[in-house]
Amino acid sequence: MIAEIGHFALIAAFVLAAVQMSFPLYGAHRGDIGLMDLAKTTALAQFALVLLSFAALVNAFVTSDFSVLNVIQNSHSDKPLLYKISGAWGNHEGSLLLWVLILTLFGAMVASFGRNLPPQLRARTLAIQGMIAFGFIAFMLFTSNPFERVLVPPANGQGLNPLLQDPGLAFHPPFLYFGYVGLSISFSFAVAALIEGKVDAAWARWVRPWTLAAWCGLSVGIGLGSWWAYYELGWGGFWFWDPVENASFIPWLFATALLHSAIVVEKRDALKSWTILLAILAFSMSLLGTFLVRSGVLTSVHAFATDPERGVFILLLLVIAIGGSLTLFAIRAPSLQPGGLFRPISREGGLLLNNLFLSVAALTVLLGTLYPLFLDVLEAGKVSVGPPYFNATFGPLMVPILAAMVVGPLLSWKRGDILSALSTLWFAGTVALAAIAITLIYSGVDGILPAIGVGAAAWIIIGSCMELAERVKLFQSSAADTWRRLRQTPRSVYGMTIAHLGVGVLLAGVIGTTAFKTESVQNMKIGQSVAVSNYTFTLDNVVSLQGPNYVAERAVFVITEGDSLIASVNAERRRYPVEQDMTTEAGIHTTWLADLYAVIGEGSRSAGWTTRLYKNPLTPWIWFGTIIMAIGGLVSLSDRRLRIGAPSNSRKKAVSSRPIPAGAQ
Amino acid sequence: MRKVLYLLPLMFCLGLGVFFYLGLDGDPRSVPSAFINKPSPEFSLAPLPGRAKAPFANFDVLNRNDLTSGRPLILNVWASWCVPCVAEHPLVDRLAKEEGILVHGINYRDKAVAASNWLNRLGDPFTKVGFDNDGKAGIEWGVYGVPETFVIDGDGTVIFKHAGALTPEIVEKNILPFFKGRN
Repeated sequence: MIAEIGHFALIAAFVLAAVQMSFPLYGAHRGDIGLMDLAKTTALAQFALVLLSFAALVNAFVTSDFSVLNVIQNSHSDKPLLYKISGAWGNHEGSLLLWVLILTLFGAMVASFGRNLPPQLRARTLAIQGMIAFGFIAFMLFTSNPFERVLVPPANGQGLNPLLQDPGLAFHPPFLYFGYVGLSISFSFAVAALIEGKVDAAWARWVRPWTLAAWCGLSVGIGLGSWWAYYELGWGGFWFWDPVENASFIPWLFATALLHSAIVVEKRDALKSWTILLAILAFSMSLLGTFLVRSGVLTSVHAFATDPERGVFILLLLVIAIGGSLTLFAIRAPSLQPGGLFRPISREGGLLLNNLFLSVAALTVLLGTLYPLFLDVLEAGKVSVGPPYFNATFGPLMVPILAAMVVGPLLSWKRGDILSALSTLWFAGTVALAAIAITLIYSGVDGILPAIGVGAAAWIIIGSCMELAERVKLFQSSAADTWRRLRQTPRSVYGMTIAHLGVGVLLAGVIGTTAFKTESVQNMKIGQSVAVSNYTFTLDNVVSLQGPNYVAERAVFVITEGDSLIASVNAERRRYPVEQDMTTEAGIHTTWLADLYAVIGEGSRSAGWTTRLYKNPLTPWIWFGTIIMAIGGLVSLSDRRLRIGAPSNSRKKAVSSRPIPAGAQ
Repeated sequence: MRKVLYLLPLMFCLGLGVFFYLGLDGDPRSVPSAFINKPSPEFSLAPLPGRAKAPFANFDVLNRNDLTSGRPLILNVWASWCVPCVAEHPLVDRLAKEEGILVHGINYRDKAVAASNWLNRLGDPFTKVGFDNDGKAGIEWGVYGVPETFVIDGDGTVIFKHAGALTPEIVEKNILPFFKGRN
């Protein structure tokens, strides 16, 4: 019964989406406030209905209702409660419902917080949201109904893929979808602006908080996914350039570019059509990711069950959404008034450089991801493009951005003075060069790229702090003046500094892990010791234990450094009888500077076990960096100039600090 | 000229769309099998011990000769531990009992008792069941997951292969048409 309520709620939401995508659009065209306000009501009601539907699905999973096909295929009564809940979105149908839930959540947020938006813009934006919701709910109702019943319920379910039974992955999709789907708002705003034929500073200011929120969610989601891969897949790596990982990374790159170019629109009224294009592309890449994961055109460890019929449906959605918006772009964008001019060496120039390289990087990743598909279609054979391609192309593309991201904020708008900016950063530059030199001596000449990476990380971390110090005139002015400046510095500036610091920390982690890790693979019997770098791993014992829905072999490693005990870690191999599958749980001890990482393979007491032991320098920094970046985004989001509902204050403030561009209203 | 520039993203995306559409046709699960339209590999398997249908153990050895009797047949690779096998089993049963098709089975990496219990419980559509407990025949046949189903014509040539559970669509579209008029 509850499952049917969920199904009906979804159908009702579908009807509301149909209303939301048509009448408000017509109302905006005619200037009819009543019809435009309809969008607000339908967006809120739609969210309530989809929430009800989602609750019904979670309920079916929690109560192990095996008359629902989706529950049979993805759950089992012995599963811990957390994974019963996360099982609701650990499959194609349920994850689509989560996707639509977040989509309608964003719609409802625009409806309730967007009071300061011009009614036309809000109505059009919500109408576009309605179209997306309409398409995806239709997709669910016609090809992927999560509430499908079976006539004869089996005694128990088939369980959830054990790899997915993990706290890191349980919360990975909600964050990731928050990011993916959050970009739909930027997309809807961009399309609405194209319909109106007007892009101005105010528009950019409305779009930025949504993009920021989505960007934070996407960053955390990608970070969680990478963390999961690191400790669960047991390869000691954190990023595999798997098509599904790339599918989340490409929108992230475009969203990052969009965040930066929207600043130029807001402050200087320039790069307008480019920003619109980025907003369209960022969400298009999210949709593309959805298509790649679910249609089966690419093979991946993460892929959902594939079905050509679903593939055609999503492809159709893609063509309508992306093709439609880009057609509109081709028609309307040429007539957008180009705004302020600027020199190549200027704040705008720096942001444009950032945009250029981020977009090219995104296209490079896209090309590498799709290349096997191209060859397959052209019948040139099945290939897979591996990390060597991505490392060779993506890495070098990041170098200019990393170098420029410290200098850019020090340049003034319109025309900047690069020499004075660089002279401010002399200390960061010296440290970076020293870091490169030390790394080269330490690791030999063949390590030129890692050395540049280490230097870049030092450059970013120190340079970002120096940029803030320069802004508040630390040590150049009285303490009272510095304190006043610190208090007056907008939060978005702090946000930027924190996020850039996060990039530096992340970069240090990536370089440390990839270039300087120590790995040791061997057969070990109980009591044997192996030296890994300056640590000694001793296999202390291997015991069998019974988990809630698995049996495990747990290896206890004692790690010592010299004579002192560092830690004892447990590495497990788990066997899930219901799913007939194995997983590994790496044993990890983290010092702040390195991860000591142990994995146990097959073996027995008499023959010994295969063990893989790693020292991964700076690996925890990858996730610290990601979290710092997301915190930076949140701090920036709390800036009152961006806070929704405070437009008049922001106007005054903007006037007092900088001349605002003409046309802002 | 400037307008053409604004058309570029659209052109690019439409081009991608064409590739995606063509790519959809290729099912990623149909990793090209080396066996299609080729003679089936040599193999020989002892019968599944303890199976109710097997009165004379030696009589039931399953080997390549069983595939070249002149009668087209289906070879189904299954295991009692495999959940999709349960899902597709009614279809296999139907092919044997209602369509009258000759169906042999390879019991892959299984325990004899579990496998015969499974057949007793769910029905036994197989004429012969080879017991491949160490997975050697599976390697010969290029099996990379159970269930897998092969359609073989009367002289031992592999006509069709499906990896994963059979569905009614696959049976209607890819399997039954071949047996029409040949059975």
